[in-house]
Amino acid sequence: MDWVALRLSLELVGLTVLLLLPIGVALGRFLAYSEMRGKEILEALVALPLVLPPTVFGYYLLVAFGAASPLGRAWQALFDRPLVFTFEGLLLASVIFNLPFAVQPMQRAFEAIAPDLRAAAACCGMAPWRVLLRIELPLAWPGILTALVLAFAHTLGEFGIVLMVGGAIPGETKTIAIAIYDRVQAFDDRAAAQMATVLLLFSLATIAVTFFASRRVGRRLG
Amino acid sequence: MTAIGRMVRRGLGAIAAALSVLLAGAAAAADAPLVAAAADLRFALAEIAERFRRDVGAAVRLVFGSSGNFARQIRQGAPFALFLSADEAYVLDLARDGFTRDEGTLYAIGRLVLMVPNGSPLALDGTLADLARAVRDGRLRRFAIANPEHAPYGKRAEEVLRYKGIWEEIRPFLVYGENVAQAAQFATSGNAEGGIVAYSLALSPQLEALGGHAPIPAEWHTPLRQRMVRLRGAGPVADRFYRYLQEEPARAVFRRYGFVLPGEPATE
Repeated sequence: MDWVALRLSLELVGLTVLLLLPIGVALGRFLAYSEMRGKEILEALVALPLVLPPTVFGYYLLVAFGAASPLGRAWQALFDRPLVFTFEGLLLASVIFNLPFAVQPMQRAFEAIAPDLRAAAACCGMAPWRVLLRIELPLAWPGILTALVLAFAHTLGEFGIVLMVGGAIPGETKTIAIAIYDRVQAFDDRAAAQMATVLLLFSLATIAVTFFASRRVGRRLG
Repeated sequence: MTAIGRMVRRGLGAIAAALSVLLAGAAAAADAPLVAAAADLRFALAEIAERFRRDVGAAVRLVFGSSGNFARQIRQGAPFALFLSADEAYVLDLARDGFTRDEGTLYAIGRLVLMVPNGSPLALDGTLADLARAVRDGRLRRFAIANPEHAPYGKRAEEVLRYKGIWEEIRPFLVYGENVAQAAQFATSGNAEGGIVAYSLALSPQLEALGGHAPIPAEWHTPLRQRMVRLRGAGPVADRFYRYLQEEPARAVFRRYGFVLPGEPATE
């Protein structure tokens, strides 16, 4: 059992979800309410990771993050370490790759809020941020929770991208999914089976707990 | 404050607490130098690293894969301190382009074997005469080699199959491992009749339990001259491990895993 890999995976999942919460809310809300022309292009861009195979996406990220790219060079100059094959690079890739899973359910949730309700709140003189906090977020909460669960599940299981931009470095980019692959290649079937079981039970438990919590929230709202 | 607000706040608090525990633990193992090693070293090098830890009291982190992939990753800035390639060409190219300290040193010469899993209809015949017959008489359904594009053992397997004149015939039956360890896993998984893999892997207890192996004549392919090199970021522990790999305890392990050592005659 590779505890370092499990911890790394949980860390990656936790930070990805934490970063995606504000990004998803901002982007999802913008896509739901904005009248901007060319909004569809932004929507298509966000949905791109759904369509592209992880290896293709991973390849593009590898090129975009690499030591020869402007982003890679700027990062190296700023932090004195490369962006590819590091935890930070993996986290950035993970946030980008999870965008559609986080943004789309949130966008649908914001769209489902009756326009009258928002108009009434504005009419009553509520400041926009108070409308967001008191009206929109509570109503959109089930969609936001779904988005976070999807991002969680997807990050925990992601393999292709992690392999492409991560390089399977222990304690840095070797997630539990990669560790299982590695154990199979080492003919260590027992460890592979163990880790697969832990991953399965953990995922199942987390998702069950989240769905349970979201039902309770739903009941209180109703 | 609403019930939902309280729940959100409580949930976020729990996530933050869990994260701080995680982050504190992850920092511990992050300092040991990273060693990128060809997949044929998987068992031998793990043993050497364990001895190194006992003898010298320092740890290294091992990453196994195909040499070609590592060479590409190093060019893209992967933070490895030491690179043990299965093919010296990758090391010499990196040295020429300024990614390494020097040209490194030859540490072993690898050998190929035909791996035949228990219960396979294939004969344990290192001259590959029976393999050639099996391709024609329908006994062969799947045969595993490492990817010739970026795995040195795969490239040599292709050379051997070409030398025997069966490359074109066997191609439809080939499954390609991403590196030679995966090729060995494919070969012994029960889904293939055999494969061409590294001698060093076939000699591991894990693989010996799964099937037999027969050496393939070394003259049939260009030698697997395995060279290692320190990369630009190598520190004192990586230096020490680099030296340790050339000392007798490490050489004894390499020998036991079937490697021919530089300056020593082949045993067979």
